[in-house]
Amino acid sequence: MANKDLDIELKLLLDAIYLKYHYDFRGYAMASLKRRMAMAADHFACRTLSQLQDRILHEPHLFPELLNYLTVQVSEMFRDPSYFRALRQSVVPLLRTYPSLKVWVAGCSTGEEVYSLAILLREEGLLERTLIYATDINTQALQKAEAGVYAVERVAAFTHNHSQSGGHASLSDYYTAAYGNVVFDRALKKHIVFSDHSLATDSVFAEVQLLSCRNVLIYFNRELQERALGLFKDSLCRRGFLGLGARESLRFSQHAPAFSSLVWEDRIFQKV
Amino acid sequence: MDFESPTGLSTASFEGRIDAVVVGASAGGVEALGTLLPALPREFRPTVLVVIHQPRERRSLLADIFSARCALPVQEAQDKEPAQPGTIYFAPPDYHLLVDDGPSLALSADEPVLFSRPSIDVLFESAADTYGHRLAGLILTGANSDGARGLAAVRQAGGVTLVQRPDTALAASMPTAALARGPADFVLSLEQMARLLRMMGGGHEG
Ligand SMILES: C[S@@+](CC[C@H](N)C(=O)[O-])C[C@H]1O[C@@H](n2cnc3c(N)ncnc32)[C@H](O)[C@@H]1O
Repeated sequence: MANKDLDIELKLLLDAIYLKYHYDFRGYAMASLKRRMAMAADHFACRTLSQLQDRILHEPHLFPELLNYLTVQVSEMFRDPSYFRALRQSVVPLLRTYPSLKVWVAGCSTGEEVYSLAILLREEGLLERTLIYATDINTQALQKAEAGVYAVERVAAFTHNHSQSGGHASLSDYYTAAYGNVVFDRALKKHIVFSDHSLATDSVFAEVQLLSCRNVLIYFNRELQERALGLFKDSLCRRGFLGLGARESLRFSQHAPAFSSLVWEDRIFQKV
Repeated sequence: MDFESPTGLSTASFEGRIDAVVVGASAGGVEALGTLLPALPREFRPTVLVVIHQPRERRSLLADIFSARCALPVQEAQDKEPAQPGTIYFAPPDYHLLVDDGPSLALSADEPVLFSRPSIDVLFESAADTYGHRLAGLILTGANSDGARGLAAVRQAGGVTLVQRPDTALAASMPTAALARGPADFVLSLEQMARLLRMMGGGHEG
């Protein structure tokens, strides 16, 4: 009985958020969202999600903070190094054949994945001809991504991943250290456009050769996954590449026939 | 034979009621599961969901290792896949495993909980939410306190709680922490647990 109430409250909260702030979380995977909303209720000192709904409706300044519970900002540079190694080996040679390149990182969070790709493309001599679109719905995360500043404690793991990914140079060539942080190079940022874009409510904005969307689809239910994959299909050029997270796939999707798998172990697909 | 329960639960009360069994293990867990999982007969009906803490590698051999040794099909859990009865699923390394409506399996890349991803607490809490009293939760050997909170959620939802007897566990902290949080319905050695599971699963007493 208690759980039933929680489900009702969660649904009402998501409706309220949609009606008031136009962020649409109604098609998200509920189990993990429920967990995070319970944590948010704790954080905002609310006993129930109904109380949380009350506060979120009447205290709009709280919404950006709630957005950090609705979305998950967990990332890392060169996360799953073998993914980036596979991009170098199997995708880069084909990208070389294009005189200019457009890349879309969807759900870029605080930027780790974007800088990883920018560095990879620089190392492969492709960044000069590339424009990277980095999008997310969390504007605070986008601001951090744009700043490209990370705590120095995280750099050892980034460096390890980078070298595992087949990185040619030293990661330290791409950042400068200052006050307990590292700042990534302006020369990388020159090729990146950060913008607010939702896979749940916005549409296609460019044609791209490579699209990387990792650990975002797992947060969607099947219907919303279909919507997002439809966007991906429509924005990729013919023979364009799609990279997903280590445990994501097109298996259950009606869009599956539009793609062939190029490197299955690393979830890299190619539009047919 | 019947089992003695500190909470007075009789084994008859859960026969035929259990739809899913969630299992949490850490240090010493592969060996413990090696006793437990191969003991489940082909007729075992509940879905079995397992979180075991392991090094963070892309590919895990657990499903392969246990496939060869178990009568039941063993798989690594995939996002959005329906939870099949009589199937053993392992949480993939570096993802949380949850149960969503359906029931179906769901993965998340949320922060580690108590330094663990996958987290036993996360699996148990979401399974308790979905399965309620039709769930059994098992805490096995481990050197941390993950699972204590999750097992409390199983208890609160009216599910059956089982803890490996700490003096039989390779690492006693995890079962001890689970017991410190509240009484378990059964505190058993792995061999006893395997027998009890067979009674729970609609299979024959071996
Ligand atoms: C777990 S992070 C993944 C970060 C990065 N891609 C990686 O794999 O390391 C998920 C990101 O998806 C974003 N996200 C969630 N819903 C989204 C939506 N509807 N459209 C675009 N991005 C979304 C979140 O804000 C968050 O930054």
